[in-house]
Amino acid sequence: MSKEQFDRNGYLNMELLRFTTAGSVDDGKSTLIGRLLYDSKSIFQDQYEAIERASQQKGEEQVNLALLTDGLRAEREQGITIDVAYRYFSTPKRKFIIADTPGHIQYTRNMVTGASTANLAIILVDARKGIIEQTHRHSFIASLLQIPHIVVCINKMDLVDWDQATYERIRNEYKAFASKLNVKDVHFIPISALKGDNVVTRSEKMPWYDGPTLLYLLETIHIGSDQNHIDCRFPVQSVIRPQKTEFHDYRGFAGRVAGGVFKKGDKVMALPSGFTSTIKSIDTFDGEVEEAFAPMSVTITLEDEIDISRGDMIVRENNVPSMGQDIDMMICWMNEVKLRPNGKYIIKHTTRECRCIVKDVKYKININTLHRNEEDKEIGLNDIGRISVRTTLPLFYDSYTRNRITGSVILVDEGTNETVAAGMII
Amino acid sequence: MDYNLTHLKELEAESIFLLREVAAQFENPVLLFSGGKDSIVCLHLARKAFYPANVPFPLLHVDTGHNFPEAIEYRDDLVKKYNLRLVVASVQEAIDQGLVKEEKGYNASRNALQTVPLLEAIEKNKFDAAIGGARRDEEKARAKERFFSHRDEFGQWDPKNQRPELWNLFNGRKNIGEHFRVFPISNWTEMDVWQYIYQEGIELPSLYFSHKRNVFKRDGQWLAECDYIPRKPNEAVEERIVRFRTVGDMTCTGAVESEASTLEEIIQEVASSRTTERGTRADDKRSEAAMEDRKKQGYF
Repeated sequence: MSKEQFDRNGYLNMELLRFTTAGSVDDGKSTLIGRLLYDSKSIFQDQYEAIERASQQKGEEQVNLALLTDGLRAEREQGITIDVAYRYFSTPKRKFIIADTPGHIQYTRNMVTGASTANLAIILVDARKGIIEQTHRHSFIASLLQIPHIVVCINKMDLVDWDQATYERIRNEYKAFASKLNVKDVHFIPISALKGDNVVTRSEKMPWYDGPTLLYLLETIHIGSDQNHIDCRFPVQSVIRPQKTEFHDYRGFAGRVAGGVFKKGDKVMALPSGFTSTIKSIDTFDGEVEEAFAPMSVTITLEDEIDISRGDMIVRENNVPSMGQDIDMMICWMNEVKLRPNGKYIIKHTTRECRCIVKDVKYKININTLHRNEEDKEIGLNDIGRISVRTTLPLFYDSYTRNRITGSVILVDEGTNETVAAGMII
Repeated sequence: MDYNLTHLKELEAESIFLLREVAAQFENPVLLFSGGKDSIVCLHLARKAFYPANVPFPLLHVDTGHNFPEAIEYRDDLVKKYNLRLVVASVQEAIDQGLVKEEKGYNASRNALQTVPLLEAIEKNKFDAAIGGARRDEEKARAKERFFSHRDEFGQWDPKNQRPELWNLFNGRKNIGEHFRVFPISNWTEMDVWQYIYQEGIELPSLYFSHKRNVFKRDGQWLAECDYIPRKPNEAVEERIVRFRTVGDMTCTGAVESEASTLEEIIQEVASSRTTERGTRADDKRSEAAMEDRKKQGYF
């Protein structure tokens, strides 16, 4: 943000964009993030001085912007990023949250984690190398996690003489590959993260490119339709019963809207009971609101006294989610201990938690070739596959492609309490 | 029709969701309250999350004994006003009991000593989730912190063994004796916090606003004159117009020269300031990995 032109009211009206960056060790991902932070003037003087010192100690000629995103000591020692780190910057238009994830094969788990909350993915391609296996992997994960927007940055254009033909060859190759994936909105930008071309400021070296710079795209891309505003879903987190005389009979259902738009007076149905009622009020600390939509946190009160508790879901009568105990899903395995065939796990879905048994592993996906292997059913760390589970309680779900909140689950190992898998319901 | 929230509303909704998850998933949560603006915002969010019911957990203040009197006064007013329960963990008591040893020398601080009484209080009161106001933008080691951060039975944090966090599914399962630290404002920046305080009209301790104070300079940093910090012979006390960007232990919280006496002026100052707020914290400057080391042992 240009500090001189800081505008308070502008700040209060900003939107939030969450994006993830996928890239391999050498394709300049850290440099790109450092460049975005530096050129958008999000770096403080003491931070800059720290990396200036560190760059000098390492005998580097320029200040290494990549050092800005270096995290824990283990990484500093090994020179690699080992986990998801979150970064923040803002411009007068938007606030950005970056989920910075490493790209090498053993860290599929981290990419999936970063991708799960992202509106947009930046996929970096080294202009000298073109589309490589890792590009396929990153794109597949972006499509599996249904990140609404993808920006392919063809980086290191300075090392290919800013050549338009190279850029177009890579773009066409990517488009051909992406046609096999379920991705909707793909953009291409030729950049040099090191020199800053087309990151924040427009490149003078590539007059043949007439699209937006990366930052301009991040600031303006339409994210208003990224949430589901059609299917009304309200997973109940808890029941609010104040022990106060002034709210003696108050019974509110607290939760965060997972889809659709709820309005006062709407006829609604509670699941699993199936009882119907009408929304009496949608309450917040700041007073009643007329309507609530994702991702608002509100408290709903109903006209009738019906039994609702944590893990239940309030929906519209004429638009109910799927309900059942036999569920098919794609999973990404996140633990060193492999999936146990017929193993029992805790499954967490919205605010509901129960147990499940893995009935079947249908196939494992080779994430580089997208080949489905029905012979090899061993699912270990960083593997992606399709499984069927049976749950002890019915879940109220939508397919993940329809709703990323009501379509997602995690599996937890009962023995270690560790989160072992991320699941996307089919 | 477009349904969009402003970024502050979206952050607020996320934090409220998290606070409600804490109340639902844990038996005995506690809110770590320092009197600093981040914990004040957390408390405000908790009041919103459970309204019209009261905040369903107590506050825990780790008292170094070296507090700014203004911060303690503010804390006590707040507890009374919102009918809260306050638990105090005392560093002085831990020293008296021989659990920790007071640091010596000019830069002696009780800041690092807070870990032991904090963990003692968590153990003694059987708190299973301690909610804190840490933000990921504050410091490198915090950039990777989870919302639900698992601590082993010794209260330790293992950066290499963190549970993955996906979507809005938070795994608070643990064994007996273990606990969680929960950070509902992880995704907020310093500017977000100030803007939110302004938008919501949240009252703050007077320390945050510019005032006259006797201070002295050490290593380029203004420190408040007080009985807890021995001065070197060349450290002369001067009266300056200052304010504090963070409120912690008196011995390690630096003042900045500032005329900003209203929230609007502070926001302007934060927007144009050129050092991070932790740049005024001596405890982080001890080594490059100072925060990471303290966190592993169970610091906030």
